[in-house]
Amino acid sequence: MQMQQNMPTSTPSKRRVLGPCSHILAAAHTGSWRLERPSVDESLCIRCGTCARYCPTACITVSREGSPLSFDWTYCKGCGICANECPKKALKMIPEGSDD
Amino acid sequence: MPVKMFDGNGAAVEAIRLARPGVIAAYPITPQSSIAEHLADEVANGNIDAEYVRVESEHSAMSVSIGAQLTGVRVATATASVGLALMHEVCGVAAGCRVPIVMPVVNRSLVAPWSLWCDHSDTMAERDTGWLQFYCATVQEILDLTLCAYRISEHEEVLTPSMVCFDGFYLSHSMQRVDTPTDEEAWDFVKPYVRRNMYLDPQDVMFINDLCPTVEHTEMKYQQMMGFRRAAEVAKDVFAEYKQKFGRELHTVESYMLDDADVAVVTIGSMSGTGKYVVNQLREKGIKAGLLRICMFRPFPAEEVREALKNVKVIGVVDRSSGLGAAQGPVCSEVKAALYGAGVGKVFGFVGGIAGRDISDGSFRKIFGELLDVYEGKADDCNTWFDVRDDAMNIREVEMPC
Amino acid sequence: MLTYKVQPKGAVSPGISTCQGCMIDVIFRNVLEIMGDDTVLVVPPGCAAQFSGTGPEASVTVPGIQGNLENSAAIASGIANGFKHQGNDHTKVVAIAGDGGTVDIGLQSLSGAMERNENILYICYDNEAYMNTGIQGSSSTPLAASTTTTPAGKKVYNKDLIQIVMAHHVPYAATASIANIPDLRKKVQKARDIVGCRVLHIMSPCPTGWGYPSGKTVEVAREAINCGAWVLLEYENGKVTLGREPSELGKAEKYFSMQKRFKGASEEEIAAAGRHFAERYEYLKKLSAI
Repeated sequence: MQMQQNMPTSTPSKRRVLGPCSHILAAAHTGSWRLERPSVDESLCIRCGTCARYCPTACITVSREGSPLSFDWTYCKGCGICANECPKKALKMIPEGSDD
Repeated sequence: MPVKMFDGNGAAVEAIRLARPGVIAAYPITPQSSIAEHLADEVANGNIDAEYVRVESEHSAMSVSIGAQLTGVRVATATASVGLALMHEVCGVAAGCRVPIVMPVVNRSLVAPWSLWCDHSDTMAERDTGWLQFYCATVQEILDLTLCAYRISEHEEVLTPSMVCFDGFYLSHSMQRVDTPTDEEAWDFVKPYVRRNMYLDPQDVMFINDLCPTVEHTEMKYQQMMGFRRAAEVAKDVFAEYKQKFGRELHTVESYMLDDADVAVVTIGSMSGTGKYVVNQLREKGIKAGLLRICMFRPFPAEEVREALKNVKVIGVVDRSSGLGAAQGPVCSEVKAALYGAGVGKVFGFVGGIAGRDISDGSFRKIFGELLDVYEGKADDCNTWFDVRDDAMNIREVEMPC
Repeated sequence: MLTYKVQPKGAVSPGISTCQGCMIDVIFRNVLEIMGDDTVLVVPPGCAAQFSGTGPEASVTVPGIQGNLENSAAIASGIANGFKHQGNDHTKVVAIAGDGGTVDIGLQSLSGAMERNENILYICYDNEAYMNTGIQGSSSTPLAASTTTTPAGKKVYNKDLIQIVMAHHVPYAATASIANIPDLRKKVQKARDIVGCRVLHIMSPCPTGWGYPSGKTVEVAREAINCGAWVLLEYENGKVTLGREPSELGKAEKYFSMQKRFKGASEEEIAAAGRHFAERYEYLKKLSAI
């Protein structure tokens, strides 16, 4: 999958295509749906990666050092699966806009 | 050029063989079945180097064809009647995704009632799905038009699939002599398949046929319309090249004795030969009769129809499908629309030849008789349905329980 | 050529408009990651069509085609045969369709593809109703579940897709669940390396249609496994292998109580469903012993 991670920098020459097809990788800003967001208690997190594995939007990055979890707020829908699945109950859902 | 003996289905198979498809997906249906069988034979004995996909329905036959051709190979399939009706949904996909599939369709009536025999209700129901439609009059034409259809459909400004329609049993099962190009001659004409538009290739990623919002859908249809417009021109170029290479003339419309005709019929498909025969008989009696055969129905050659019929006083258009609920049968509707405002004579629609009922020389004599009555001022109108039994409304009477 | 307006996550766009708590994204990401870039995707209309894109905007980085609801397996067959004819034995063809497009309207084309042993991977994500059109009942909707077309609860059992698949003697088939991603990945990997028609049936609960909080998707799927509503198994070369024995086999009460779609289920129906789960499991167990 490495190839796909690198966004091409050059603009290829264009040709006309007739009929329906999608060809521009785009995204809905699903983060705007969020009513709640996950908040991590770093003292409880064991960096096991369960939250990341089950996150529907692949929004959670687990670090080996420093702060254990980082979230991609542009796309996190606030579904709460991460908090529900955390084996250590280190994640809880808090209202969007509130402080931790 | 070798002369071979083929029935209509055999000619279709020969044309497909000459076009060297890479994937064949066919489901048997009377009267198309021998196409599905012979294609399987040709693959089994190595005359066609193709994958033969023994699909479980016509819907899958067309679906397989679309998927396969989008990988960059020419495909082959064929169907008839309710099989075409089952394909209807995916016929629209092939057209809308601009997959230039060429498909022989052996015309057979749609159910109900059940029938095994010929009329055009199957392909006429598909006339607005975005496919080119050619209607053959002879077995020779099945071979010729199928070969040409590849060139027309696959043209980069057309990219529109073709139905090559021919009458079930009348043509599909009638053995005729067919001038057949050699493999090399045909290949030189048809040429290898080249993917020109959308395709499935991990080296060049696109996702085909995603949801198209309203802001683009009209434009997609406009593109298809432009494809049809180009097809009308490309067909003439391809027919000209075909004539130059193989000596046979193909038409979008074929005029027969129309230059000085007072009365004429417009025909489509295998009935046309009988129509010409009756025109000859009438001419011998001094009656100025003529005939116009529609060979390409989609795109409809409106200008050619108008030009060909401009001096005819009374015209009868013979539809081989009932066009239920419409003001006219589908061919007549098209002809009338083409002639509207052109100041030509009167046009009457005739419906007959349903589900294998023969359109005989007698049928044409009756039709011409009615047209002549109008021409001579003895009548104002014609009977739309011809050769209908007198007891039509009472052909079943069942016992009542007491 | 695909243009990148955003950075994909694996082979999938980071923002897909599937519902909050829907795990289809996870299925697509894992499947496409394991199958690799050299893959062509077929998806029908339905929730999965979110992955086809809209207008010019794409959602995945592999090529694909959106077919019709009933012909995913047939289109995939065509693609596989097109590649085969061109000597391409490396590009994988994957169809991902929902339960409606598989066990209802798509069963015929899937059956044909399985019988012909087409070289495709067919994946059914099963959310047990027509969710994208508004939660209408499908033949995968279980007994007693309320949908917009079974408002009083479904009165008959769901079709048993995996047994239908096994009856076609495909080289590999398996059930999986979004509750167990490592197991799902293992099965996708196995399927990837087998030639012929491979079928995966993956349970993917739907918070919108089943009526539970979006955070509970994995928990509900796990409970389905616990009570035997969903049985993890593999079918390989005619041999059935069952996953771990369900811990609460036949006890449907908890599973039912988690979901609003079962709110109207009577005690008899819950008991009948539980019996059905247990009997089906015992039957599959006997099959696995053969």
